[in-house]
Amino acid sequence: MKKTMIAKLVAASLVAGLGTAQAAGVSDNEVRIGVLTDLSGIYSAIEGPGAVVAAKMAVKDFGGKVLGKKIVVTSADTQSKADLAGSKAREMFEKDKVDLITGNVSTASALAAMEVADQKGKISIVTGAASLPITNEKCHATNIHYVYDTYALSRGTGKAVVDSGKKTWFFVTADYAFGHTLERDTTEVINASGGKVLGSVKHPISTQDFSSFMAQAQASGAQVIGLANAGGDTIGSVKQAAELGIMGSKQTVVPLLMFISDVQALGLKATAGMNFTVGWYWDFNDNNRKFAQRFMKEFGGKAPTSVQAGVYSSTMQYLKAIEATKTDDAAAVMKHLKSINIDDGLFKGKIREDGKFEHDMYLLQVKAPNESKNKNDVAKVVKVIAAKDATLPLSESKCKLVKK
Amino acid sequence: MFELLGITPQSLVAQLLIGLINGSFYALLSLGLAVIFGLLNVINFTHGAQYMLGAMLTWIGLNELGNWLGIEDGFQISYFVMLLIAPLLVGAFSIVLEKTMLKRLYHLDHLYGLLLTFGCALVIEGLFRHWYGVLGESYPVPEMLEGGLRVSGLYLPYYRLWVVALALIVCFGTWYFIERTKLGSMLRAGTENPKLLQAFGVNVPLMITLTYGAGCALAAFAGVLAAPIYQVTAVMGSNLIIVVFAVVVIGGMGSIAGSIVTGLALGVIEGLTKVFYPEASSVSIFVIMILVLLFKPAGLFGKVR
Repeated sequence: MKKTMIAKLVAASLVAGLGTAQAAGVSDNEVRIGVLTDLSGIYSAIEGPGAVVAAKMAVKDFGGKVLGKKIVVTSADTQSKADLAGSKAREMFEKDKVDLITGNVSTASALAAMEVADQKGKISIVTGAASLPITNEKCHATNIHYVYDTYALSRGTGKAVVDSGKKTWFFVTADYAFGHTLERDTTEVINASGGKVLGSVKHPISTQDFSSFMAQAQASGAQVIGLANAGGDTIGSVKQAAELGIMGSKQTVVPLLMFISDVQALGLKATAGMNFTVGWYWDFNDNNRKFAQRFMKEFGGKAPTSVQAGVYSSTMQYLKAIEATKTDDAAAVMKHLKSINIDDGLFKGKIREDGKFEHDMYLLQVKAPNESKNKNDVAKVVKVIAAKDATLPLSESKCKLVKK
Repeated sequence: MFELLGITPQSLVAQLLIGLINGSFYALLSLGLAVIFGLLNVINFTHGAQYMLGAMLTWIGLNELGNWLGIEDGFQISYFVMLLIAPLLVGAFSIVLEKTMLKRLYHLDHLYGLLLTFGCALVIEGLFRHWYGVLGESYPVPEMLEGGLRVSGLYLPYYRLWVVALALIVCFGTWYFIERTKLGSMLRAGTENPKLLQAFGVNVPLMITLTYGAGCALAAFAGVLAAPIYQVTAVMGSNLIIVVFAVVVIGGMGSIAGSIVTGLALGVIEGLTKVFYPEASSVSIFVIMILVLLFKPAGLFGKVR
């Protein structure tokens, strides 16, 4: 008994010693940023290689060095598969000795990587994945959810559609964590506004043919067909809805999560007039446009998605925090990040105790083909959704970090 | 009874039709695979990539070729022309593949052919993913086939009806050619005993090469048909190929009629799963495949070799 006590004391003092040794300066003589994203799978157009470009731009703009130490960017491909995300995250922390993992598209992948980051006591920033649980039931002390979440999407697009008088809904939902949460969050909004959900159909992720599901939605007679899916699945749904004559009928197809890359892939003819919600849009103000111009030069003329802009901004904030705290120690950097007001011209807001970056969201509307000047000019901002309306109130949070 | 199932008779008919349409894709693709396996004993994993090439070429013909050739004023090759050209181009490309690579593996086990074609598929898809990304490109339904029929609450897009009709014609034509014509009988003889057939003065290697080209052209043909329905992407084939292989296994490796019938039937079964238990729609075909393998390993229409 006594022996174990002594052993524990010794261990504790060793750990404490280690802690202070790390707290001063930069570990391993370099600050290493790992972009863990889907480089080749279904969500690679949303985040993917563009996120690596964005992270490298941030490092370059920062001057390539922090506290006199070199900043290195590495990347790994998760293909949006959770098992791969977990093992790559582990590899990044153990072999590449990264200090931060950013990116993390697809909810299952993000949760897997967050778990590893938490075990290693390192920071994870989620820009690509959308599910609310990332900062709610599954929140971690060293995790930040930067760009958007399903709560914001439902309050943005969902509410706008219900407010326009369309009350009955049918969901076509991707059958995994993200789809379920998005459907649940949007259902809350619909019920609260006096609307009604008539039914839903859950499809496997990466489905090839959506006509069967769209025909079911059509037969339901609902005014709104809400798509609680993403990427290639959203594209397939919209395409086959058009084919079945749903577009231009009394029913409206509402993609609850869409990115400008999806709009570009579908073309404006199929998507004109659709509303979607994003955390950032390149053509909103001069700062955004300036960043987008620079990004396009690096990335084959493609405008950044909200998520790619989020990778740039969050990497920048992370580096600034290291400079301010004089260390790359995760706890110290996190404490600093949660204490400051962020306003870098791209994003403006505050990171809350649950790790959610609370900022304004934007309701976009896809332009008609004759309004668009070039292939990046796909939408206009029709409404700015105030940060507090787009974020789950802390009083309703289930995150263990939130003190009540 | 329909109330019990929670679906109206109209929507059940609609779902059956949608299933039949997907089934006709399965039939077209598995037919090509069955022809190649039946006559060459090659398990052609490039089939999905060749299907994708058919769709990609169609898209390129409409949107890119004009720019490449430097011709202004929107030079375009229309869908209907591509329906002929794309299978020919892909067929020719496949013949090169056969002549330069596949041919060297005929004296080895099936497995080597499978590995080679699988590798080729990954390379081809990788290249197109690099050039066109994963989200791919949209191809419009040709103007002539836009719109659809509305029959008592049912909406049938003309284009889909066109696909089913064309697929059925091509499937039946191929079956007739192989099973009922003289040339077809020579092909079949070539698979039984190539040496004997060669002794009769038939150029068997040429026949094999052309058969491979034709099988792959069928895949490209399906690709052209698919372009206006699905998003044209580099990975569209790899999504489909595994399902199609399951179809071939269920029908019986190498059975021409078997692959057509099973393709259509499984399309319908998958369609019904999408109504009654949508979460399982991506696995229903594989469950059937396992059952067939357990109880009738040669497939429903296959003969034990």
